[in-house]
Amino acid sequence: MDTLFEILWRQHQIADIGDGIGLIAIDRVMLHERTGGVALKGLAAAGRNILAPAQAFAVMDHIVDTLPGRSDDTLMPTGKAFITETRAAAKAAGIRLFDLHDDRQGICHVISPEQGIVLPGATLVCPDSHTGTQGAFGALAWGIGSSEAEHALTTGTLRVRKPATMRVTVTGRLADGVGAKDLALHIIVLIGSQGAQDHVVEFAGEGITALDIEQRQTLCNMATEMSAFCAIIAPDDVSLSALKGRPFAPRDALWEQAVAHWRTLASHPDATFDREITIDAATVAPMISWGTSPQQSIPVTASIPPHNVGHPRETAANHSRSLAYMGLADGMAVAGEPIDAAFIGSCTNSRLSDLRRAAAIVKGRKVAKGVRAICVPGSKAVKLAAEQQGIAATLIEAGFEWREPGCSMCFFAGGESFGLRERVISTTNRNFESRQGPDTRTHIASPETVAASAIAGHIVDPRSFKDEVAP
Amino acid sequence: MSEAFTRLTAVSLPLLLDNIDTDIIIPSREMKTVGKTGLADGLFAGWRYTSVGGREKSPDFLMNHAPYDTAQILIAGQNVGCGSSREHAVWALREYGFRAVIASSFNPIFRSNCIRNGLVPVQLPFAQLYALGDVGEASVTVDLDAMTVCAPGVGPFPFELEKDSRLMLLNGWDAIDLTLQYRDRITAWRDADRAERPWIYLERDA
Repeated sequence: MDTLFEILWRQHQIADIGDGIGLIAIDRVMLHERTGGVALKGLAAAGRNILAPAQAFAVMDHIVDTLPGRSDDTLMPTGKAFITETRAAAKAAGIRLFDLHDDRQGICHVISPEQGIVLPGATLVCPDSHTGTQGAFGALAWGIGSSEAEHALTTGTLRVRKPATMRVTVTGRLADGVGAKDLALHIIVLIGSQGAQDHVVEFAGEGITALDIEQRQTLCNMATEMSAFCAIIAPDDVSLSALKGRPFAPRDALWEQAVAHWRTLASHPDATFDREITIDAATVAPMISWGTSPQQSIPVTASIPPHNVGHPRETAANHSRSLAYMGLADGMAVAGEPIDAAFIGSCTNSRLSDLRRAAAIVKGRKVAKGVRAICVPGSKAVKLAAEQQGIAATLIEAGFEWREPGCSMCFFAGGESFGLRERVISTTNRNFESRQGPDTRTHIASPETVAASAIAGHIVDPRSFKDEVAP
Repeated sequence: MSEAFTRLTAVSLPLLLDNIDTDIIIPSREMKTVGKTGLADGLFAGWRYTSVGGREKSPDFLMNHAPYDTAQILIAGQNVGCGSSREHAVWALREYGFRAVIASSFNPIFRSNCIRNGLVPVQLPFAQLYALGDVGEASVTVDLDAMTVCAPGVGPFPFELEKDSRLMLLNGWDAIDLTLQYRDRITAWRDADRAERPWIYLERDA
C-alpha cells in the first residue's frame, strides 16, 4: 500500500542509517555555475573523485547575462570568475557541460526535460532550490546545498532524512484563463509558505492529469514555496511522450524496458498519506501576490485582507512590514496598481507554452507607455521555437525585450535587475524583499496576468482584460 | 572538516521575523568569489548597510551595535533560510562567527547546510523562542551534549536533533567520510541496479 514516494525511496535506499535517515542512491546530479562550481572546486581541493561523471551535468544559467551578444563578461561584479572557473572545473572532472554558446544551454530545470536528463523513477539532485520542478515527470528530484552536491558526486548517494507524505488532490478542471501558477498560489495561501515542510507533495486528481507537462512543471516548481522537500506527479502518457526521443532518454528496446518499469510507478489506490488535501479546481481564480512572501497572495479581483490576529502563519509585525515594503495597505485592491515593469521568465514560467499564452494576450497590442517589459525564454530551444513560431515576433512587436536564456533577471545577481523600488509584475516564483533588484516590489502572477498587466500599465485580471479590449 | 561543537555560551542576535530568506542572509550580489570564504562582509548586507553594495553601517540594524556585533547565536522566527539553496548563507554566518541558529522552523535545505558546516539548528516552539529573544544582552547557552538551550532565568528548553546530525556536529565529522564507510554496499547496489535499470547508466562522451 505504498505511495509513489515510498516506492521510489525503497528502490533507492542502499542502507538504513537509523533515526529516519536513509542512504539514498542518486541517479543524476545537475550543477550550475553559481553553486556547482564551488562544489566541483571543493571536491578537487579535497582530492576526491566523481563516482559517475557520465551521470552529472553542468550548465551556465544563473550568473550569465541575458542580454543579446553576451559573453563570459557579466554585469554582475566578479561574475566572470564563476563562469570560467565552473567551465574549467567541469572539464577537469569530465562531466558534460552545456556552455554559454551551446544550443542546449538554458535554465537547468528547463533543459533537463528537454535533454531527457530527468527520467521517471530516477533520483535527481541539483544545488538549486527549485529542482523539485522536475518531479513533474515522476522523478524524485530535490534541491540541495553545495556540500551535499559534493557528497552526491563523490559517493553516488545522499544521507536523507525521510520526508513525510502529503497528497494534494485537485478535483475538476481549472477554468479558462486559470493556470498552474494560479493553482500553486491558491494552495500556498491555503497551507502557508511552510505548509508542506518536510513533506513530499504528490499532486493528483483530474485537475492535475488534465494539465500539460509544462503546467505540471510550473506547479511542482512552486512546491518549493510551500517548503516541500519536493513534489511529484505519477508518470503517465503525457510525461512519457514528452521525454520520448530526447537525447539522454533511453531508445528502442531500452525505452520499452524503461516504460514497463515506469508504468509501475504510482501510488497504490489504498496508499495512505500523512496528510491529504483536496481542492476543487472551480474555486481557483487568477492570483496575484501583494506582499513579500508567496503566501501573501489573493485572487486578482480581491482586496488585501487585514492581518488576522493570532493567525499562526504570520505575525502582525510581518504583515505590516510586508505592506510597508510593497507600498500598499490593508483593504486595498492590488488590481489597478500601476506597474513599472513586467517580467516573463524564470524556471517557473519560461517554457514555450508560457510564452505562447502571453503572446496570445499581447498580440496586436502595445505595452503601456512607461512600462519596461522583458521576456527571458527558459532555454535556447525555447527561444528558437518561439522565434520560428512567431511568438517572439508578437512579443517584440508589442514592446517586450527579447533576451537570451538564463536566471539572472529573476534574482538580482548584481547587474541585471529592475530599478530601485520599482513595481514589477513577474512570472517568477518569489516576491522576497529585493529579489529582483534593490527594494523592488515584485508581484508574482501567471504569464497571462503579467502580459495583460503589461498592456494595461497596471495590474489587471487577464479575464476582464480580454473582455474589455478584445474585439 | 567543520569545527566540533559541544556547548556555547554567547550573545544572541534576535531577528524575530518570519521567512528570513537566504537572499537576506547573503544577497546574491555579495557572493563574489567561487569559494566558501570571503562572505562575512556580505552577511545581512541589505539590512546591515545603508546602500546596495555599500559598507556604511545602518544604525537601524541590531547587529551593528555592541554587544550584538559579537553574537554567535541567531534567533529567527518561522521558516528561516527559505529561498535559494545557496550554502553561502551558512558559510557567511559561520565566517562571521555564528555557531547556532534558533528558530521555530527551518527551511530543509538550509537546515541540512547548517549541519554540514558546524552550525547547530535548534528548533523551539514559539513561546520559548520569544522568551529567548527577550533576554537582550544576556548570554544564551546552547548545549549539544544535554540537548538544551537556556539563558539566565529562561529555560532550559530541550530540543531535538536526529542522532546522525548530532554526532556530526559534536565531532566535526564530514558526512562524506561517514558515507564512504558504506562503499562496498554502494558498489554492490549499483551493480545490481545496473541490471535492473540499465537506462540510468549513461556513457561518457567519446
